[in-house]
Amino acid sequence: MQQAEEFDVLACDAPNDMKKEETGFANLKYLIVGILFGIVFVKAEIISWFRIQEMFRLQSFHMYGVIGSAVVVGMISVWLIKRFNIKTLSGETVEFHPKKFSRGQIYGGLLFGLGWAITGACPGPLFAQIGSGYVVVLVTLLSALAGTWTYGYLRDKLPH
Amino acid sequence: MEFFDLIRKPWPWYVAGPLIGLTVPTLLLIGNKSFGISSSLRHICAACLPATIPYFHYNWRKEIWNLIFVMGILIGGFLATQFLGNPDAFQVAPATVADLKALGIQDFSGLMPADLFSFANLFTLKGFFFCAGRVPGRIWYTMGGRMHLGPLHNGIIEPPVAIAGGDLLFYGRWVCYDSFDTTLYSEVGLME
Repeated sequence: MQQAEEFDVLACDAPNDMKKEETGFANLKYLIVGILFGIVFVKAEIISWFRIQEMFRLQSFHMYGVIGSAVVVGMISVWLIKRFNIKTLSGETVEFHPKKFSRGQIYGGLLFGLGWAITGACPGPLFAQIGSGYVVVLVTLLSALAGTWTYGYLRDKLPH
Repeated sequence: MEFFDLIRKPWPWYVAGPLIGLTVPTLLLIGNKSFGISSSLRHICAACLPATIPYFHYNWRKEIWNLIFVMGILIGGFLATQFLGNPDAFQVAPATVADLKALGIQDFSGLMPADLFSFANLFTLKGFFFCAGRVPGRIWYTMGGRMHLGPLHNGIIEPPVAIAGGDLLFYGRWVCYDSFDTTLYSEVGLME
C-alpha cells in the first residue's frame, strides 16, 4: 500500500487540496462550474472538429485566441492569488504544485496532438460533445479510457 | 430579448478564452482544487477497473469533485445546444472547407461532420478510426461495404425487419447489417 500512497501524492494533475472534508451538497459547486464551463465550450464552438482542423491548418485565429487568452488570464489569476495570499472560501491557503519537466511530456504531447487532431477533442470537449448530442463520441471516450488504462498498465516500462 | 439573441450567437475568442481562464482561480478559491480534466479519465479507471495496477490504486473518492465537474461539462453541453443554439448557419473558414472537401468531407452543417462522427459511419473503417483515434492500430473489424444500424423508430434502434441481401451481424445491443439494397431503409430516413 506504500506504493499507492506515493502515487496519491505525486501523480494526479488536478488534485483536491482542501483540508476540510466536503459533503455531497458542497460538491454541487463543481457541478455548476462544470455546467458553465461546458456552455462556454459549446458557445465558442471549441468542441467542433472543424475548429480544430482550422487551427492545425493555420487557417483561423479563433482557437489560438481562446487558448492564448485563457492561459494569460489563468496566469494573472494565479499570480494575484500568490501575490495577495488570497484564501479559499473556507479560509485555507491555496496550494500550488510546481510541475517538473520530464521527457515523457514530449512523447505524451506528440501522442496527445495526434489524438486531438483526429478526434477533434481533448478530454474536456469530449464530455461537451457527448452532451451536445454527438452520442457516438462515447466511443472516443471509451477509447480515451482504454488509453489511460493502458498507460497505467505499461507505466513502468514507458520512458518518463 | 436582445441579450438572449446575443448569447445565442457564437462567442468570440476574447469572451470564451478569459472565461475558461477564470475557471482556474474559481476552482482554487471555492475549494482548493487545481484545474484539470484529463485526471477524470484516471479516476474512472481507478473506480471501475483498477485491476492490480498501482497507478489506479489511490483514494479516488477524494477526487470525486473532478467527476462531478466533468458531469457538469456534459450537462452544460446539453443545455447550450438545446437552449442557446446558434440561430445562424455554422461557419467554417473557406480555406478549411476547401481542404476538407478535397479529402471527402461533405457535411459542414454542424460542429462535427456526420461523415466521420455518426453511428451510421462508426462501423466503417474511417468512422471507427476517427472516433477511436486514441487507440492507434487497433482495427478490430472491417467490412467490404458500408454498414448501417437498424431502422430508427421513435429514437429506438430496432432490428431490421427484412435483410436486403446482406449478412446480419450483432454488436452488443445494436444490430448492424451490410446493406446492398439501400432503398428499403431510405423509407425510415436513416440513409441519405
